[in-house]
Amino acid sequence: MIKSFRGGVHPKDSKFYTAGKPIETAPLPEVAVIPMRQHIGAASIPIVKKGDLVKKGQVIGEADGFVSSNVHASISGQVIDVGSHPHPIFGKCEAVVISSDGKDEWLEGLPLTRNWEELEAAQLLKIISDAGIVGMGGATFPTHVKSTVQKDKHVDLLVLNAAECEPYLTADHRMMLEEGPRIVAGVRIAMKVLGVEKCLIGIEDNKKDAIEEMTTAFAGLPVDVVALPTKYPQGAEKMLINAVSGRIIPSGGLPMDVGVVVQNVGTVAAICDAVTRGIPLIQRVTTVSGGSIKAPKNIRVRIGTSFREAIDFCDGFLTRPEKIIMGGPMMGMAEPNIDIPIIKGVSGILAIAKGEANTGKEASCIRCGRCVNACPMGLNPSMLSILSERGLYEEAREDYGLFDCAECGSCVFACPAKRNIVQYVKFSKAQNAAAKLKENRG
Amino acid sequence: METAIMVVVVMTVIGLVFGLILAFADKKFSIEVNPLIHIVDDILPKGQCGSCGYAGCLAYAEAVVLNPEVAPNLCIPGKKPVADLVAELTGKSAPEIEPRIAQVRCKNTITHAIKKYNYAGVEDCIAASLIQGGPKGCEYGCVGFGTCVHSCPFGAMVMGEDHLPLVDEKKCTGCGKCATVCPKAIIHMTPIGTPVAVLCNSRDKGVVARKLCSVDCLGCGLCSKSCLFDAITIENNLAVVDPKICMEKCAKPTCLEKCPTGAIYDLRTV
Repeated sequence: MIKSFRGGVHPKDSKFYTAGKPIETAPLPEVAVIPMRQHIGAASIPIVKKGDLVKKGQVIGEADGFVSSNVHASISGQVIDVGSHPHPIFGKCEAVVISSDGKDEWLEGLPLTRNWEELEAAQLLKIISDAGIVGMGGATFPTHVKSTVQKDKHVDLLVLNAAECEPYLTADHRMMLEEGPRIVAGVRIAMKVLGVEKCLIGIEDNKKDAIEEMTTAFAGLPVDVVALPTKYPQGAEKMLINAVSGRIIPSGGLPMDVGVVVQNVGTVAAICDAVTRGIPLIQRVTTVSGGSIKAPKNIRVRIGTSFREAIDFCDGFLTRPEKIIMGGPMMGMAEPNIDIPIIKGVSGILAIAKGEANTGKEASCIRCGRCVNACPMGLNPSMLSILSERGLYEEAREDYGLFDCAECGSCVFACPAKRNIVQYVKFSKAQNAAAKLKENRG
Repeated sequence: METAIMVVVVMTVIGLVFGLILAFADKKFSIEVNPLIHIVDDILPKGQCGSCGYAGCLAYAEAVVLNPEVAPNLCIPGKKPVADLVAELTGKSAPEIEPRIAQVRCKNTITHAIKKYNYAGVEDCIAASLIQGGPKGCEYGCVGFGTCVHSCPFGAMVMGEDHLPLVDEKKCTGCGKCATVCPKAIIHMTPIGTPVAVLCNSRDKGVVARKLCSVDCLGCGLCSKSCLFDAITIENNLAVVDPKICMEKCAKPTCLEKCPTGAIYDLRTV
């Protein structure tokens, strides 16, 4: 039986640029700009001030509450500023700027060796929380929050999201090929934290080598590798769970409602580092790709390195890019410039060449229904966009399941009129949130 | 012939039957409404702008007639004539309403503005400003897609050629609907007759602001120092004029010549 989901689209995957290229380590940044908002939830509070000397792995931003995350120095050096700096998502955000001393010294006692099998689940969770680990797929939800099983819920399955359905991105793919042991250890730790006996790994079948690699790496463990058909958005949480386990998350629900927790490949690798070696989340693997990049690469890069340095490491631009995108082309964000820092959620840096991007003027909806066929959530994107255009935000929420939309972009990809449906949806959501806020204030 | 008569008879009978049902329903299910409510409602300007704080003109009419505590001068678009009429009808006394007008505090035109990126999405200010604060370099200025223009219930706003909204002083009733929809809050409701105003909303520091716009307020404070009546204060790198002091005391503004960027405008000549 083919394990898949309803709807979806088939964009050109364009992974050939980097799929065969081993992960390279990018040089240290001279100046690291480390934003305090790199995760979903409350922004971290900076605990260093201008002039302080910091070491690699030192906490520079403390979590503000449970749904928040620690932020660590990614290089050693001196703090030269704490203030508002460019941010890839919010435009501007409070950040700690560290000027490198070139020595790249670890905080005392790091890295250490720890036998995780002796530790209790609660201790492991504490380590994960302290290490500032967040979902590395791009959503950056704090991992310790996701891994804390609520009292009235029962979790019996871990799903490892290795679908990497976004075109161009190959970071997870390369990690699976090159760093099998880290992923195995990370998955086992994540299973112990959750107290589950079973794990399913969902990989799209355009990564045959990764499927083989993972099957051998996990031999003898209660872990199954599931080959999934290549279709976007296979890696969306709800679609992935449905495809690998057949469970369906109710509207407005979370994976935990059906006993599942989903973790990304990058996240489990970070969990392994944090638990076995005490290394907090200070670097990540990301794909620098696109038609405008001279030498596309998969790179391991420190948090706080600028997009410009990452692109320069890939020999710069071949042609003037049409668009710079943070993340994948389907859900990523277009960026106005490249002097912005790489944060924990940057799964890719894409410089799209002219002709690669399908730009054009938006036209009226002709009600052809292609978006309805494409929507994996079974929504009516055409109506959502029209209601938003008309200012009927409440109807969109109540009658058309506005908040079930994951903004995957399948509808926009399918739309022959080039309607900016996802932007309409985001706009509607923002208007609903504003209305709710107004109501609560009285 | 017979058929024609039948038709007339049948139609008359049907009409009579339904007429009786309607007459009965009108008596049986009639709702007592204070007729004054509809008289007051007819006087109101029907912009449905909500500036009175009620859901619409009828809601306000109902409140002002039935609730003795609701003031008769809440309808800002109606100004003094409407307030006086409503006060007379409801037997209340109407305090003075200060006439006000919408003022667009940004002069950063689309041709002069430094652009952050090329925007190709939904043509709406709120939608555009969700993406990194909008396509213009200055994150405090006018986004330029005319959400305010579309929102105006009285048709008093048009989009200028330079993509800055223009207010028709004759049509603007001062309801303030545009000010509530503007994502950058650049539209302020100011008393009619204010002599000068700083038409800028930038809270950026002078150095940053200068790079992004040529007609912005730098927050240098020259105007506030030159003002003889302390009507201008600098808040967050932006000069703010107190229109009351200006109107009452100042006959010959000294601030106008002092501004290095020309961000203060003489509204008496405009």
